[in-house]
Formats: sequence, structure tokens, C-alpha cells
Amino acid sequence: MKPFTQLTTVAAPFDMANIDTDKIIPARFLRKLRTAEKGYDPWLFFDMRFDADGKEKPDFILNQAPWRNTGIIVAAENFGCGSSREGAVYAMVDWGIRAAIAPSFGDIHYANEIQNGMLPAILAEAHCAVLRAQLKAKPGSSITIDLETQTITGPDGKTYRFDIEPVYKERLLKGLDDVGLVLQELPAIEAFEKRHFAKMPWLA
Amino acid sequence: MPQTLFEKIWSQHVIVDKGTETLLYIDRNLIHEGAFHAFGALAKEGRKVRKPRQSLATADHYVPTRDREKGLANVVDADAREMIRLFDVNGAEHGIRCFGMNDPQQGIVHVIGPETGFTQPGITLTCGDSHTSTHGALGAYAFGVGASQLKQALATQCLWQKKPKTLRITVDGKLGAGVTGKDVILAIIAKIGTAGGTGHVIEYAGSVFRAMPMEGRLTVCNMSIEAGARSGMIAPDDVTYQYLAGREYAPKGAQWDAALAMWRALPTDDGATFDREVSLDGNAIEPTLTWGTTPEEALPVSAVVPDPASFSDANRRAHAESALRYMDLKPGTQLTDIKIDRVFIGTCTNGRIDDLRAAAAVLKGRKVTVQGWVSPGSTLVKREAEAEGLHRIFEEAGLEWRASGCSGCAAMNGDSVPAGMRSASTSNRNFEGRQGKGARTHLMSPAMVAAAAITGRVTDVRTLTGGR
Ligand code: SF4
Repeated sequence: MKPFTQLTTVAAPFDMANIDTDKIIPARFLRKLRTAEKGYDPWLFFDMRFDADGKEKPDFILNQAPWRNTGIIVAAENFGCGSSREGAVYAMVDWGIRAAIAPSFGDIHYANEIQNGMLPAILAEAHCAVLRAQLKAKPGSSITIDLETQTITGPDGKTYRFDIEPVYKERLLKGLDDVGLVLQELPAIEAFEKRHFAKMPWLA
Repeated sequence: MPQTLFEKIWSQHVIVDKGTETLLYIDRNLIHEGAFHAFGALAKEGRKVRKPRQSLATADHYVPTRDREKGLANVVDADAREMIRLFDVNGAEHGIRCFGMNDPQQGIVHVIGPETGFTQPGITLTCGDSHTSTHGALGAYAFGVGASQLKQALATQCLWQKKPKTLRITVDGKLGAGVTGKDVILAIIAKIGTAGGTGHVIEYAGSVFRAMPMEGRLTVCNMSIEAGARSGMIAPDDVTYQYLAGREYAPKGAQWDAALAMWRALPTDDGATFDREVSLDGNAIEPTLTWGTTPEEALPVSAVVPDPASFSDANRRAHAESALRYMDLKPGTQLTDIKIDRVFIGTCTNGRIDDLRAAAAVLKGRKVTVQGWVSPGSTLVKREAEAEGLHRIFEEAGLEWRASGCSGCAAMNGDSVPAGMRSASTSNRNFEGRQGKGARTHLMSPAMVAAAAITGRVTDVRTLTGGR
């Protein structure tokens, strides 16, 4: 997995709270294979981006020129709530979005972002609101994220500290793969299974 | 030290505790067609499923609910056909037991887990699906994961986890006539919000849940994720044991006795503490339904559509405004004046035999005025319902009786609600576009959906059943 260290890129403000994963990618696209050639980016925010005839809705933020190369989303409460679909993260990552900043995230979606090398940065709503307002005032402006120091620098140069669990920070910084991390513990796992299934043989 | 139900299960599954995170053993995995991403990743990394016997798979999300006997050739959408085909291939290749599209035990993943006894008290269980919280109704710690974590669970039977916080929701009192598990959970979500349980495991406690049949408990735990919680749990008791006894995967003979002794030690000890506590008065809960586009936008059937201006929270106000636009509703409208165009009965929330009985009891001898269909939660539920003659009640009322699958819940198999139409649905999500692009969903109990089917508008089911 690609390590995440520092990122400076265009950020898009999403004012709406509770952006669920059905919005990020409608269910009907989850049947698509994801390959190196054909990613999930065409389906990102599909029903918000396109009208019934498949034409771009000009008022949707990612359809506006300054935000076409968005690499960071600044959202409100409960970003990514709802379905466990990892396709929501695939769509963002394949589009080029590598971080989401929000006061809170849906639990499963938060884990899914980590698993795909995308940073879910937790920042107080008051600060998210300031960032969103600045991004709207200056369309296409950038935000800098430094994972090592856990800081976000807004368009006006002001810096905020964001929250992330130390273990997830380490995974993202090093681009670590969870299966590898688990298999290092194989002797402990096997010892556990022996005890566990001796007590509950019907579960084995 | 006194412990909660969750803490007991958690501590019994810890392999390595690093303080910052814990390697947790996963007893069982459930799988559906959507797992093709996880299987693809396993293949790419050259990994195998470590313990195939600890997994069980079923085809549910993409299977057609009409003309099922015609098999794969009948699946029109090429991508869906490929997924269903891959499902069988992956299961066979990894040695996992699979209930394929035409298997007599096929059903929705969260229905077949409890139904086969694969789900049991005290176990840890994952599935690549957010409604895995359902299985907590039997006193399991069950949570949904994404494709990457599903891949890990299959490859290792373990997951690195951070210990969640605990939230106890106590509902005491006695539910009135026509008030079900669905109404209770909608009332809870309306109270605590869709982020109310984020980062927490919910334990549902109190006399209302003790008196609730297993089906109702499954409905309640199912929608825990709609309150932001990855899992919901209810302590096992005699209702649980009676439900499980004799089921295929349930322990038998001396093992049953041993299991029972362990299960009886699981309920939360007196004096155990939770990170948060919430309580509701069960006597006050009415039949409840959603008016907006998130499950927290729910109200008792006697209420009116709220005015967004009445919300003090700016985010909720903004959401309500956009929800009313999408739903095409005006503040102040009596909920019972909302016209309904389609009805759907089924899903992992409300597709079990008790749910079908409740809907059939309302529909018996009556005719519906809107189109709709019933898709049982599993093929076994379908058989059971047919043995009781429920299918005839639905058909004589004018509803379609279909095969089992997720169907109109997320419309992945094409069973969608046309744009602009208003649906009364027993499912769990009323997000924009969930039942099809532009579809407007009102979530409610099976009996309430049946009532709406008869009158063509949102209806207090008690007015049709004489308050029984
Ligand atoms: S019935 Fe709906 S909520 Fe349940 S598993 Fe299927 S799609 Fe998901």
C-alpha cells in the first residue's frame, strides 16, 4: 500500500452532514470489477454528479472547474455512515482523493479508508466549518496535511491539529498491510484456537 | 469486577492486547456475493481461506426474486450474472459451504445465520455487510466489515480492533398493541440520531426486550448500524435458547448442555458500568415511521411532517430541508395524509416468519390499492409461510409473492421503486436513491406497510385492527 506522509492539494467543501456511502457510490455500481485499468472513479457521487440523462449537474461541486482535481474532502459530521461498502473508498481513491477531514466518521467507513491508504482526519466541527468557508470563498484553494505532525494547514495558512489513533497513523505512514501484521502472530493464534475449541468444540 | 455482556465476549476472544489495539479472534464469517472483491484480493495475494468451516455463504443481494427456477440464464444484468457465478466458483474453490441461488437454504445472509444456528451466543462474527449487527440479537458480538477486513478475517480468522465503547439503551414498560421491534428501534434512532451510537456497542436492555420474540430482537439489532453503532446486542435468555435448540449448527446432546452453561454466564453482571446510558419509556412508543431521508428522521404515526425551522441544530435543519425537497413533503402535513404508491415487505430487517404473519394478519380478507411485493427473508421462511397459507393471503390481497433475496431493499438485483414514487417499506434505509434512483422511502413495520397497502396512504395500523 502507498504510504501517506504529506499532501498538499485542492480541497472541496461538503457542508452536508451524514453523507452516507450510498451517496458516495450508489449500490448499483458495486457489482463492477475494479481493475488497474478501470477504477471506480466514474461512479463517485454518481447521482449527485449526473442528472437522469447522464449529464453533469453544473451545481455539484466536483463538476465545477476549480474542484475537478480535488484531492481532499472537508465534510461535516458522520461522513461515510451507512453501508459497509468499500466501493465508497475505491471511488474516492480512484478519483484521486486521498484524505477526508470531518468531525466524525461512520465506523466501518473509517476502517475502510485506513485499509486503502486514505486518511480520515478528525477535526472539530468548528474548525471544519472555518475550512469549508475558506474553500468556498477561494474556489480551488489547497490544504496541506502532514500526518507525522498531525497538522492541517488551511488556505489562510492557519494550522490545526487533527486526531488519529496512533496505530492507524503508523499503518498509513508506513503503508502496512494488515494481513501481514496478523500473520506475525500466528503461533499465538494457533495456541488460542487450541484452548478455545477445546472448550467449544462445536464451533470449530 | 462486574462485566458487561460485550466485555465478557471481547475478553474471551483477545489473542494479543497491545493496549492501543487488540488482535481479536473471529469465530465465524458470513459471506454474500459482494465478497467477490475480498476473494479477488485473496487470489491476487496468493492467500487461502484459513478455516473454511468457520464460514458460511449465501447468494442474496443480486439474485432475482422472479422466475428463480430458471437459474442463472434468467439474470439479465451481465455484471450481476457474473457475480452470482463467481460466488459459486469462489465458494467451491475455498471449500466454503454455499447456499447458491437455487439452494433450498438460500436466503438473506442475516436471516440464514440465526436460522441455521450458525449464529450463537458468545461468539464473534463478521460479515462484509453493515447489518451484521443483526446477529447480536442472540447475544453474539457481530459487526460489519469492508472488503479488506473481510479478506483478513478469511485469511486469518483474526482482526486488529480497537475496543469500542459501550452504550446501554434501556426500554422498560410494555409495548402497546400494534407496536413492534421496528417501532422501538425507529423511536430509539429518532432519539439518539444516526451518529448517536458511533464508536459504541449498544446493549439493549429492559423489560421490552425481555418480552420480545427473537424476530423482534433481530429487527432491533439489525438497525443498530442506523444509529451509528457497529453492533447491537441483547443478552441471551430462554427465548434465545428455545429459538436455537435443534437448529443445524447448534450444539447437540452433552455439548448443548455445556454450551448452555457457558451462555447462561454471559448476561451483563449487576453493577457493571457502561460508557453511556440512554433510556426510553416503552409504554409511550407508538407505531413509528420515517418522513425524511435518514432513519433518524422518524416520528410516531400520529405526528405531522416537521418544520425544518424547528430544529435547533443547523446540520439537522439543513438535512431536513433537503430531505423534504427530495421526499416532496410540506411541513405540517399529517403523516397519515401521505399517499403511498408502492409497498415492499421483506429484508433482513423484517423478512422473518413473524413479520410475514403480522403483515398477513392485517391483509387477511382485504384488498390492496397499490402495487407491491413480498420477498421472504429466506427460502425456508418462504416454505414455512406457504405451509401456513400466508402466500395465499398476500396473493388474494393483490400483492406479489416472490422468491427470497435482498430485493427492493437496496435494489441491487433490479427490484427497484420507480423515480418519484413513494414506497412504504419494511427495510432499514431510507437514503436518497436506496430503493432506486429518485425513489422515496418511508420505513415502517410489516403491519404498518400492510395497512398502507390497503388504504394507499400512511395509516395507523391500529385503526384497521381495532387496536389489537
Ligand atoms: S436485505 Fe438490505 S440491508 Fe439486509 S443484507 Fe440485504 S441489502 Fe443489506
